[in-house]
Amino acid sequence: MTFKDKLIQAYYQNESAFSFQEQRKENMLRLEKNGFPSVKDEEWKYTNPLPVLKKDYQLSTKSSDISKEVVNEFILTETDTYLMVFVNGQFDESLSNIDTSHFIICPLSIAETTHPALLKKYWAKSLGDKPDSFVSLNNALCQEGVFVYVPKNTVVDKPVQIIYFTKDTSDDVFLQTRNIIIAEENAQVQLTERHQNTDGNPVFTNALTEIFAHQQSVVDLYKIQNDQRQCSLIDNTWVMQEKQSNCTVDTFSFGSTFIRNNLSFILHGEHAESNMRGVTLIGQDQLVDHHTLVDHAVPNCQSNEMYKGIFDNNAKGIFNGKVMVRPDAQKTNAFQSNNNLLLTDEASIDTKPQLEIYADDVACSHGCTVGQLDDEALFYLRSRGIPLKEAQATLMYAFANDVLSNVKIAELKHKINRIIAEKLGVDISLEI
Amino acid sequence: MLYVNELKASVEGNHILNGINLTVNAGEVHAIMGPNGSGKSTLSAVIAGREEYDINGGDIQFNGQSIIDLSPEERAHLGIFLSFQYPIEIPGVSVSNFIKTSLNESRKAQGLEPIPAKDLLAMMREKMALLEIKKGFLSRSLNHGFSGGEKKRNEIFQMAMLEPKLAILDETDSGLDIDALRIVANGVNKLKSPGNATVVITHYQRLLEYIVPDFVHVLHDGKIVKSGTKELALELEEKGYDWIIKETQEL
Repeated sequence: MTFKDKLIQAYYQNESAFSFQEQRKENMLRLEKNGFPSVKDEEWKYTNPLPVLKKDYQLSTKSSDISKEVVNEFILTETDTYLMVFVNGQFDESLSNIDTSHFIICPLSIAETTHPALLKKYWAKSLGDKPDSFVSLNNALCQEGVFVYVPKNTVVDKPVQIIYFTKDTSDDVFLQTRNIIIAEENAQVQLTERHQNTDGNPVFTNALTEIFAHQQSVVDLYKIQNDQRQCSLIDNTWVMQEKQSNCTVDTFSFGSTFIRNNLSFILHGEHAESNMRGVTLIGQDQLVDHHTLVDHAVPNCQSNEMYKGIFDNNAKGIFNGKVMVRPDAQKTNAFQSNNNLLLTDEASIDTKPQLEIYADDVACSHGCTVGQLDDEALFYLRSRGIPLKEAQATLMYAFANDVLSNVKIAELKHKINRIIAEKLGVDISLEI
Repeated sequence: MLYVNELKASVEGNHILNGINLTVNAGEVHAIMGPNGSGKSTLSAVIAGREEYDINGGDIQFNGQSIIDLSPEERAHLGIFLSFQYPIEIPGVSVSNFIKTSLNESRKAQGLEPIPAKDLLAMMREKMALLEIKKGFLSRSLNHGFSGGEKKRNEIFQMAMLEPKLAILDETDSGLDIDALRIVANGVNKLKSPGNATVVITHYQRLLEYIVPDFVHVLHDGKIVKSGTKELALELEEKGYDWIIKETQEL
């Protein structure tokens, strides 16, 4: 039985128990009809999903336990935060910290009973008219995840950490997660998200996040993609922005064997600002694909996009940055850059800016580079006694580092810096 | 200490050094002056081992050993230091970590253990005082967002930390105001010892009022066309380079 058949079967077996039955059915039918993409689809031309899709996945996982110590390995511990821990798709209340009365942070399964109207108002509302197969799949079958609701004029006082663990999953396991994040007018929230396997078994996750940023709200989401090597991730993120809102989604990709990020911003209200940045640092047999879309549907908005990648061995990178400026969207400012370093002849990057501009009074720029390290900078380091290899690593570190300058959670910035430094073998241990 | 003999070098087919002869002994300060494009910066880069230059003839010896086949890092490990005219910015790597890496790589090459953090910090504090550097400086990203003066001061700070045998200062005075110049020169003077040597490369005489040279050489068209004592620098300041160039051509 193919993966698709298995999913269809699972759907019809459980149909009656689902919430949002009508929408789920619609999504399942769409998936049945369209199937999964292949390299023949323009959007998947450089990223072949077949190796991920052809495996014989288990669709259910048994529950498992994670110790507090393991959780601490993967979270910010010095910063006071809210914390949502899931293990094999199930919320683990004992490891989490969601004690709050001013806003809602809870698992979706709880929100279904405690805030059904609110959930219904937002569920699958940011995803456009024609969700792709993976979004449809998540809509059809995903049942658990995170629900965050920040009411008007409320600032969430500390970051919200979301972590999806997998453990004790002996076979290939397929898992779906769903985050719904709503910031009402003038509300603010910061979040971090990671998917983490702890015992080396293969996991394929199809994640979907919906962010609704109302007028003058500020939402920052940081994704740390540093999972074990045998894992695969398709991470779909849709951001709907109202006027004067400010949204950031930063993606730091170091782990897994296969990562596809689909990140879409829909600018719905004027004077909104969208920021998306990423650092990709991968090596042997790893692939990371960043597909971004910014839809400037109204005038006077700004989008800033900065992705940097370093590819070693036979690593493969893909960047596709689509910027749509609709006829009414005058005075749009859209900036996009994608800079890459290839360390070997076998490493590759396919980078494609895709600007569709239908307004005439706009400032849009894009630039992509694929290059090597600057000779003069290398000479500078070597003249200080730093050997070639270490000098190269130092410059790579510096190359990636400036993407981090806007990370607003100091401890997170520090952690990501350390991951990059460690991966490159650069010593940044002396703290004065 | 440094013995440069009939050194010829080119880059992409352009001959820049056309037979340089220069001997620098321990304890000496040499100034190399010359008009723009005479080859001053090339000479310093070639001594430090920049690989973009082709050596077309001659030799560079350092303490009796030919170094023209050595990498820049190997030359640094022998005790050669180049202060850059335009230091490179490295965001994300702090001054302190950069110096730590640099110092420990040199120690490693000499078969020494890494310097203990406590000793390193004590040494940094001592050298910072010498160059009137404030404490916050160490945690800043290397040269990133530094003013011209801060960059040069940072170069001399690195030199103070690495304690080279031969320091080549390439246009260290460019972009410095008079106070920064005084501090940098003062630092260089305090680092002078009978065991080390300094080569100061400069366009103007100004720096040499602070770092007084034992010898002054004039470089023109890739050759040293005149050598003398510090009085030569004053003469150049007064009369410019043209008379020397003319004198050379007459010969």
